[in-house]
Amino acid sequence: MVSSILFVLLSLIGIGFFTFNILKIRSNIKLGRKIDRTDNPSKRWKTMLLVAFGQKKMFSRPIPALLHFCVYAAFVITQIELIEIFVDGISGNHRVFKETLGGFYTFTISFIEILSVLALLATFAFLSRRNLLKLPRLTMQELAGWPKKDANLILIMEVVLVCCIFMMNGADEALYLKGASHYTAEAGSYGFTISSILGDSFLVNLSIENLHLIERIGWWGHIIMVFSFLNYLPYSKHFHILLAFPNTYYSNLEKKGKFNNMESVTAEVALMLDPTADPYATNSESTAEVLRFGAKDVTDLTWKNLLDAYSCTECGRCTSSCPANITGKKLSPRKIMMDTRDRLTEVGDAMRKHGKDYLDGKSLLGDYITEEEVWACTSCNACVQECPINIDPLSIILDLRRNLVMEESKMPAELAGMLTNIENNGAPWQFSQNDRLNWASED
Amino acid sequence: MSLKVPTMAEMTAQGETPDVLFWVGCAGSFDDRAKKITKALVKILNHCNVKFAVLGTEESCSGDPAKRAGNEFTFQMQAMMNIQVLNGYSVNKIVTACPHCFNTLKNEYPELGGNYEVIHHTQLIQDLINTGKLALENGGVYKGKKITFHDPCYLGRANDVYDAPRELIEKLDAELVEMKRCKSNGLCCGAGGAQMFKEAEKGNKEVNIERTEDAFETNSEIIATGCPFCNTMMTDGVKNFNKEAFVQVLDVAELIANAAEL
Repeated sequence: MVSSILFVLLSLIGIGFFTFNILKIRSNIKLGRKIDRTDNPSKRWKTMLLVAFGQKKMFSRPIPALLHFCVYAAFVITQIELIEIFVDGISGNHRVFKETLGGFYTFTISFIEILSVLALLATFAFLSRRNLLKLPRLTMQELAGWPKKDANLILIMEVVLVCCIFMMNGADEALYLKGASHYTAEAGSYGFTISSILGDSFLVNLSIENLHLIERIGWWGHIIMVFSFLNYLPYSKHFHILLAFPNTYYSNLEKKGKFNNMESVTAEVALMLDPTADPYATNSESTAEVLRFGAKDVTDLTWKNLLDAYSCTECGRCTSSCPANITGKKLSPRKIMMDTRDRLTEVGDAMRKHGKDYLDGKSLLGDYITEEEVWACTSCNACVQECPINIDPLSIILDLRRNLVMEESKMPAELAGMLTNIENNGAPWQFSQNDRLNWASED
Repeated sequence: MSLKVPTMAEMTAQGETPDVLFWVGCAGSFDDRAKKITKALVKILNHCNVKFAVLGTEESCSGDPAKRAGNEFTFQMQAMMNIQVLNGYSVNKIVTACPHCFNTLKNEYPELGGNYEVIHHTQLIQDLINTGKLALENGGVYKGKKITFHDPCYLGRANDVYDAPRELIEKLDAELVEMKRCKSNGLCCGAGGAQMFKEAEKGNKEVNIERTEDAFETNSEIIATGCPFCNTMMTDGVKNFNKEAFVQVLDVAELIANAAEL
């Protein structure tokens, strides 16, 4: 009874705090500009199923993809056992599904156990890739400090979680063998693939009191880890395990080469080109919405850019394929996403504390992302192509450029010259438009 | 053989309508190296009796570098002016040898009122071969040679065109050797996003050098590409290693025109 109350209390606190943080992040994402990503739902569901659920894009790099798949599959399947823990925890029963599910129960738990072992091995592989092998994309400068700790902490939590599962199942198996299980007074075996070995080999030599203790530590440890994990997510890069799904659903479905059209500019250009246009007849709705051209701060970006930032796992596939980064330039698409998230958290917190109109005098462009980074991009779309969950760093870079050029008139001098040439003679170089066909008569 | 390059204005004056408009682009019009690509494509079009026309002095920059540089005003001014000209001539189909023009005309003009069927020149040439209008006997001069293809970002990743240029190279009876980074994983030449017109930011290497090294790893005699800017970057890369006597950089259109002895 006491444990049931304790369990319900823990669940309420765990879920409540998580909900509080989710709502905070939701309101942060809603600070972004409007963009419609609700068209073509069937294609969106398909994209989500393939890219997020099916992990399609992960497999361009088979080794990490396989390791990741072990952890992913274990995580998804373990939720079945978690349901039982919830029912047991609230009702005070022990392994409530065993009776009803019978052989299928043994199969399911065995399957979970095998996946958990694979996940444990994968986790050790991940830890060594980060800390021993020091893979370049996992040890770059932008990961120094908190991002590195965050990544390792998640992996350690996974190790603890899997250990708890085996403490719980292993000790329970040993108790069952001794006829001292909470499940039934008779002696027997659950027959789970891994824990039956653990239970029968060394755990069975322990005393019944100690086994009960280990079993309870495993059980409570597991559920405490689940709630800790859940509440750690909103603060961590690991949030992708939830956001990968909406993020791929709201993917850009257009060709990657198509950069968005700025409608506010279209209205003005149409005015300039049409001598009969009435300058006072502008669409007040479209002009009222645009506060500035491009993006200087996170609130100038679209909500999808901001969702991208929260979804980023900092895996660095984008950066490792970026031609600018490969050749030693400062630009790192991953850093663009990390900066966007950090700045958004800062802006959101400040707005909640000081009111919606509060300005802290800082901005994404300048205080987080430098002009040097913005101008190093070749717009090659390699980062967009590589991202396993369809994050688009390029659209942020473009909007930062638009702000620099159209609001601040700040750009490399050669680009200013190139733009002048286009405006004056319709080509990026200083050639007369009248000479455009000269090639046809040259030898 | 002199080239027949009818303009839209001339054709319209004669009451004729071309089947396809050849959008030459700024590089194809003014850059000495790219002009050769333009001429190679015209030779193919002439040889196959394709009824085409160019805009000539009525053509203007598509606006791609302005848009990628962040100047939406300049881009849209260019686009609107070009669309006025194109719609004035009731153009339906456009072919271009520049993936940047290709991408902009195809994807970014529709929202501004310019709706055309836009194809890359490799797709047009592929069609000419497939329909029997252009024949390559035994592959011609490139038979058995090692050729690698550098994917232009705005053709490949941006628009998912990977096969057309490769199928053309295979038609040459040549050995197509892929670089370690190819197709959707292809590495940029370093020119896109208006980088062509400025110095690169500080780093430890130029992008085109990195990419040229990829190409050298394949031991190919020819680096084929389908973009005038990639062509410049790769040519400069080869020169940087003083390998221009051993490795040629050619557009797919030039390969086809040479192989067909046009």
